[in-house]
Amino acid sequence: MENFAIYVPRLLPQEENLAPGHRACIGCGEVLAVRLVCKALGRRVIVSNATGCMEIVSSPYPTTSWRVPWMHTLFENTAATASGMEAGLKALNRKGKKAITAKVVAMAGDGGTSDIGLQALSGALERGHNFLFVCYDNEAYMNTGIQRSSATPFGASTTTSPAGKLSIGQTSRKKDLTAIVVAHRIPYVATACPSYPFDLINKVEKAAAIQGPAYLQVLSPCPTGWRHPSDLAVRMGRLAVETGVFPLYEVENGKYKLNLDLPKLRPVMDYLKPQGRFRHLPAEEVERIQEQVTADYEELKKKAGVGA
Amino acid sequence: MSQEGIIQGEFFMNGDEACAEGAISAGCRFFAGYPITPATEVAERMSRRLPEVGGTYIQMEDEIASMNAILGASWAGAKAMTSTSGPGFSLMMENLGLGVMLETPCVVVDVQRAGPSTGLPTSVGQGDIMQARWGSHGTYEIIALVPSSPQEMFDLTITAFNLSEKYRVPVLIMSDEVVGHMSEKVVLRAVPPEELVERPRPSVPPEKYLPYQTDGSLVPPMALAGEGYRFHVTGLTHDERGYPAMNAAAQDRLVRRLVDKIRLNRSDIIRYEEAWIDDAEVVVCAYGITSRVARHAVHMARSEGIRAGLLRLITVWPFPEEHVRQLARRTQAFVVPEINYGQIVFEVERCACGQARTALLPHMGGGVHHPEAILEAIREALR
Repeated sequence: MENFAIYVPRLLPQEENLAPGHRACIGCGEVLAVRLVCKALGRRVIVSNATGCMEIVSSPYPTTSWRVPWMHTLFENTAATASGMEAGLKALNRKGKKAITAKVVAMAGDGGTSDIGLQALSGALERGHNFLFVCYDNEAYMNTGIQRSSATPFGASTTTSPAGKLSIGQTSRKKDLTAIVVAHRIPYVATACPSYPFDLINKVEKAAAIQGPAYLQVLSPCPTGWRHPSDLAVRMGRLAVETGVFPLYEVENGKYKLNLDLPKLRPVMDYLKPQGRFRHLPAEEVERIQEQVTADYEELKKKAGVGA
Repeated sequence: MSQEGIIQGEFFMNGDEACAEGAISAGCRFFAGYPITPATEVAERMSRRLPEVGGTYIQMEDEIASMNAILGASWAGAKAMTSTSGPGFSLMMENLGLGVMLETPCVVVDVQRAGPSTGLPTSVGQGDIMQARWGSHGTYEIIALVPSSPQEMFDLTITAFNLSEKYRVPVLIMSDEVVGHMSEKVVLRAVPPEELVERPRPSVPPEKYLPYQTDGSLVPPMALAGEGYRFHVTGLTHDERGYPAMNAAAQDRLVRRLVDKIRLNRSDIIRYEEAWIDDAEVVVCAYGITSRVARHAVHMARSEGIRAGLLRLITVWPFPEEHVRQLARRTQAFVVPEINYGQIVFEVERCACGQARTALLPHMGGGVHHPEAILEAIREALR
């Protein structure tokens, strides 16, 4: 944690807006992320939620978890539905029908954000709707049973990028979605992880207060899909940050800020090793991943004006 | 085509996996897909198997892209397939029409689940049958096959590729969640070359080639990218040269041929199966998983002394109009059980022309009919 002054759990609202009793897998990092996001958002929100794990585990009656207005959209259109909600609220307010101050929040997984939902996201960001988009990124299509997405990291074995004699697993690198969002020149973009709960809550509050589009990329460890023990989701998030695989940073009006500047990164192997999806990787591929992570981290530091 | 890597023998596998193996045996070497329940297993199997036979699997960013990727792959010369379920099938519709317009051989598998919209993602439906016929805009004809077992998922995928190559049209395999997910004995085999149909190829030198000029067959020969033939393909209405020709005369010539190449070859394309039909007073017309329930119901009716018969559709499109018309003349009634609120029943009713009564036995999805319900509908139809 960079700033221990924000370590004030007792000042956090006790109220849970995503109720327990949902049907997420044991040790799910995604539902933890969404729970914290909802805690930070409070009740004056309207959520537009894409198809995916979160829809399936949190919405069916009687295990419905949502204590805020919530709308399931399809897979490709979360940001478009949120656009309509925001524009509709604006129109009502303009006509003086009712002063509605609810924040519109769109949520989707990595597939619903970086693959099928990218067009809708880009359109909504470009039009400048006043909304927050939260991507809970577990790096594959977990709802349908662990198929690769464009957010799946290099070398990860999934059911449609299976590792074996003829393949290393995922052959392409993880799409840099935050950079794509930053390129839309929106006021606020940040990465977060439920393993750093106060940093996450802080960012959600900040993003929700901003006028205009805001975007959060939340790494959400998935014991089922990453094949690590189910009590290690929080640990995996920490390792992702500490190895530099998933750095925590903000981009406010185009200005990068590294939230957690580590003096020394842990070796990437610490992060890869507990995960079954990387088990097949030979040492030279791990070395390649290490080089890439180091290079990316240095580039990020340069953008944020940290170190030399 | 090399037979290396083709799996042969008896296996216990589900319909989705059998479909993937059927494609590989038929010579499919390109698959583009996107995960969706209950069709994901087709993509998963292809992602594992295609590299073993020298093919390519790519996962696309959505179903629109998947449909386009197989059109591109087909024009590059590969036999290509994609698989999906209802929501993805809806997304593919515009480009399915492009496939028809470009006359691109390819196979699209829809493992139907209960809709509309997200519906029941893990449960069975048969609600996409009319969408298969009419889902893309404009006037066209399409071929759609309906397997009723994992074995047929294998066999009909081969048939689908053959029909698609022969008529240069996307062929749809309208499976359903139960057939896709159930596991049964499946006999996998290598298909001898003489059993495989390849798209008609140009026999003239490149300078004389016109991409959409046909002989009597109504299906133009297809050159492939990189062979030295110059061609221009477009979704715009085009003439024999392939160039856009935006006038009513060109539209008439092209659309008429696109439709006629299917309509006039119905007898070659249409497949169905019958049981206890010769003396049937009531005919149950069913397809897919429902046909298996219907078979049991007809059997029960027979053991009660009711003269019932079964017409199992294997092609739903083109619909076997003439055959149903003839049956209507010698039977009293049709019973049409389907997992929707009435789709094929309207085709049966239309072809029966009032000569035989037609009764729908709908199921909204999420399960299959009870044989007793079909038996009761058979009894009711004769009252």
